[in-house]
Amino acid sequence: MLIRSPDQVSRSTLLKRFPVPKNAGVDAASRIEQGKVWPAPPGAKNVKRFEIYRYDPDTGENPRIDTYEVDLASCGPMVLDALIKIKNEIDPTLTFRRSCRDGICGSCSMNIDGTNWLACTRFIADTAKRATIYPLNHLRVIKDLVPDLTHLYAQYASIEPWLKTATPAPEREQLQSPEDRKQLDGYYECILCFNCTSGCPSHWWNGDRFLGPAALLQAWRWLADSRDEAKGQRLDDLEDPFRLYRCHTILNCTRTCPKGLNPGKAIAEIKKMIVQQKG
Amino acid sequence: MKDDNAPLSPALQIYRPQLTSVLSFMHRLTGIALSLGSLLLITWLVAGSMGSSAYDMLLSFLRSWTGLLLLFGWTFALFYHLCNGIRHLCWDAGYGFELKTIYASGWMVVAASLSLSMATWLIGIYAMAGGA
Repeated sequence: MLIRSPDQVSRSTLLKRFPVPKNAGVDAASRIEQGKVWPAPPGAKNVKRFEIYRYDPDTGENPRIDTYEVDLASCGPMVLDALIKIKNEIDPTLTFRRSCRDGICGSCSMNIDGTNWLACTRFIADTAKRATIYPLNHLRVIKDLVPDLTHLYAQYASIEPWLKTATPAPEREQLQSPEDRKQLDGYYECILCFNCTSGCPSHWWNGDRFLGPAALLQAWRWLADSRDEAKGQRLDDLEDPFRLYRCHTILNCTRTCPKGLNPGKAIAEIKKMIVQQKG
Repeated sequence: MKDDNAPLSPALQIYRPQLTSVLSFMHRLTGIALSLGSLLLITWLVAGSMGSSAYDMLLSFLRSWTGLLLLFGWTFALFYHLCNGIRHLCWDAGYGFELKTIYASGWMVVAASLSLSMATWLIGIYAMAGGA
């Protein structure tokens, strides 16, 4: 199937998941068990099932999959609406991050039907018959759909995401030509939801040292800024077999960005700039 | 907050296979297959130098269904790795990163490597039948 934009949901896939054993390489505490079913109230008109990853740090029990039956007749159109309805009416212990419900804050990023997206901008109508919802991949889980993002924020901080200049500060704001400003389009819009980084196989396996697509897209945003005067130092910091070059152009990042940005291209631009500076 | 007892959320176990990741994994796997296949070339040369009985044994294996399947697999691995390698070179030069292009070039690689393998075998079979 030819995918034209990242919000397109692939309808036909040979495999829903990779043919690997469910618990291959999974430590005992992370194994997922069967949870319980929360049936729809009697008289529900349009029942939809959501299979949701649950983990409660206070019980010491393993994570589990709970199945919620939601009556869509009285539910908003988005996956986030369903989650809020479950929390309000069925199970108040269900925990997830959300804020703007409009695709701007990046809080409700999660794995929906096997791919990462924002719950507030994914239509329930676009999900599988039994929709599956997991937290972002390969991260320590704090509770239910809330993963620990500390490491990802630290990686973002490590690229020093601020304007660095050597020349003395001007009297008034630093101006940019419209052409120079245009160089930032497609990069400054990142909302740091980390859908891309947590969907990157290379980051699953080398995430301790590989910066991942989100941080590298931001790194390019500062390299592309005509006002920044620390290009050389930024490139030196990035030129490392792990920090930058663990990107193998898998491009799951570009496929899954809910803002339609292109981390894969940003990383290629960094690699190209390093070659050009040295050459 | 870092809690070592906290579970790790599933990744490879639940992430949906997509053209992007599947073709990338296949590039790795065909690379491994090709390096194993290069051992076969050496085996072929060694068997040839060891005399006709060893050489005939190798040939009878390669002409069995298992052998033929392996040989076809290596042909496909060669063409897939070649075509996808060209795709990677374009990316390294900074071209072809639009999502539509990523998918179009991906399917092109699949189609090209399949048809090149088929063509190679058809030509081979034709030459053997005609040239014998």
